[in-house]
Amino acid sequence: MIKVEGLTKRYARTVAVDNISFEVEKGQIVGFLGPNGAGKTTTMRVLTCFLPPTSGKASVAGFDVQENPLEVKRRIGYLPETPPLYPEMEVSEYLRFAGRLKGISSADIAKRIDEVTGRCALGDVRNRLIGKLSKGFRQRVGLAQAMIHNPDVLILDEPTSGLDPKQIIEIRELLRALAGEHTIILSTHILAEVEHTCEHVIIINKGRLAAIDSVANLTNRLRGAEAVAVEVDAAGGQPNPTEVQQRLEQAPGVSRVVMKDSKDGRIRFEVESLQGRHIRAELARAVVNAGWNLNELHAVGLSLEDIFLQLTAAGQGAAEENRKEGEPKQ
Amino acid sequence: MKNVLLICQKELRSYFASPIAYAVMAIFGLIFGWVFYNASRDFVRYTLLQAQGMGQGGPMSVNDQIIRPLLGFAGTIALFMVPMITMRLFAEEKRTGTIELLLTSPVKDIEIILGKWLGALLLYVCVLLMSMLNIALLVLWGKPDLRPVLVGYLGLLLQGGCLLAIGALISTMTRNQIIAGIATFFISLLLWLLSWFTAFDSSVTATVVNYMSIVTHFENFGKGVLDSKDVVFYLSMMFLSLFLTSRSLESLRWRA
Repeated sequence: MIKVEGLTKRYARTVAVDNISFEVEKGQIVGFLGPNGAGKTTTMRVLTCFLPPTSGKASVAGFDVQENPLEVKRRIGYLPETPPLYPEMEVSEYLRFAGRLKGISSADIAKRIDEVTGRCALGDVRNRLIGKLSKGFRQRVGLAQAMIHNPDVLILDEPTSGLDPKQIIEIRELLRALAGEHTIILSTHILAEVEHTCEHVIIINKGRLAAIDSVANLTNRLRGAEAVAVEVDAAGGQPNPTEVQQRLEQAPGVSRVVMKDSKDGRIRFEVESLQGRHIRAELARAVVNAGWNLNELHAVGLSLEDIFLQLTAAGQGAAEENRKEGEPKQ
Repeated sequence: MKNVLLICQKELRSYFASPIAYAVMAIFGLIFGWVFYNASRDFVRYTLLQAQGMGQGGPMSVNDQIIRPLLGFAGTIALFMVPMITMRLFAEEKRTGTIELLLTSPVKDIEIILGKWLGALLLYVCVLLMSMLNIALLVLWGKPDLRPVLVGYLGLLLQGGCLLAIGALISTMTRNQIIAGIATFFISLLLWLLSWFTAFDSSVTATVVNYMSIVTHFENFGKGVLDSKDVVFYLSMMFLSLFLTSRSLESLRWRA
């Protein structure tokens, strides 16, 4: 549905986007992730035909953004970072203008307005002036504007910024409901956003592509083996930490054991498995068979947060390093 | 064409939803009304004097003594009004980011420009309508010749369209309305003053500079003379400014 090849956008002095390529299939919901100033907005602006690329190609539904901008624009709904609202208009009036501008006939417009005000929960404020609305409502009016012509592709620049937690959940649910029929790209610098909403994630940093994969794969790729936190009760100085460590190392499927700390009568370890092995049951058995008390045992997953920091801070090499160290998630 | 009308309608709505439209119409109506009152009062006094055999000079004419100076005066006030009308056209959309909505909708740049320009022109026509109230009084009681009046208004419309196009161009260049307004005002003023600088000069340069003056071309319209030379001047100025506006909007995409 969306195809970007070697896209580069250079401003007078800076390179905002540097040779990015990716593809998005129809019906996918893709998170565009990166720190502030990474080039997310620029890429989106190129896709919406607001900015022409310096070099490279971008196309939506087979139409090139430079050769066929009108066809691309017809298929795209775009919510910029600041919703493009006219404060002097009423909500329904604004949606009518936006809809007509995007080519909806005057016969269909009322139906479309009903539809999007319903989906974005704007029913109560239809006749209010946009200038008098709160930030959350404005964001939703902006979203309604992007959806008004029922576009194939929705491009949303930080759709949940400025919303309260309840509204964020509502927007996420709305986006997930839209995903099947629409292709959605949303940018964000909040990781939880991507974990909750998106199937795929594109991470960019300083204008370069850092990673592109499904959310599940990305998590797996960066930690192919399982990491397990184990806590053994050692009240009264028994058992000896080295003894426990040796026991754990002998359990089948364990690749290495790191002692994290030992205090207040508790010893904590982080145990990593060999590739593709599940070791939690073995570890439990090892501890219990030795006659010790097992306080706690749980899998440690790297969150997107860790992955993101690894990818953006030091690149792939550092990510590998971190994995070997088995840094636990707190 | 549908898109042009859609944007035009939206512009008109914004003008009338804000105080701009009313302010411009009220100020123009007041100033024009006051000048009209003075001109008609003097005209009536002078006619009475002449009727008593005390005045000298040729026959009095409503067209020459009232309407012509009034329309010329309206053209001058237009120089001051146009910046107020055009300053927000693009500058405000750039500042609030709504320009992104227009530029990412399936609409051609030229449709956006024409829509906005047409909206501004219609507000300008509304302003001119204020002055027609006064002229209507003259038509009721003074029996003026209507042709020169209509030609005069056509001139005002062309001159206004021209200045509005220049204002639209300047408004695409900044995101600050005040700067757009001031720049438009000074450029309009310059185009007006060009005819002053060269009034007593007959060199080739002076003729060219004089030709560029937006007011020179209005003089014929004021007299009720429809000269294709002046019409062509205004139309080509409009075309040039609107063309440059579309270039400027295009460059916005490259810089933004």
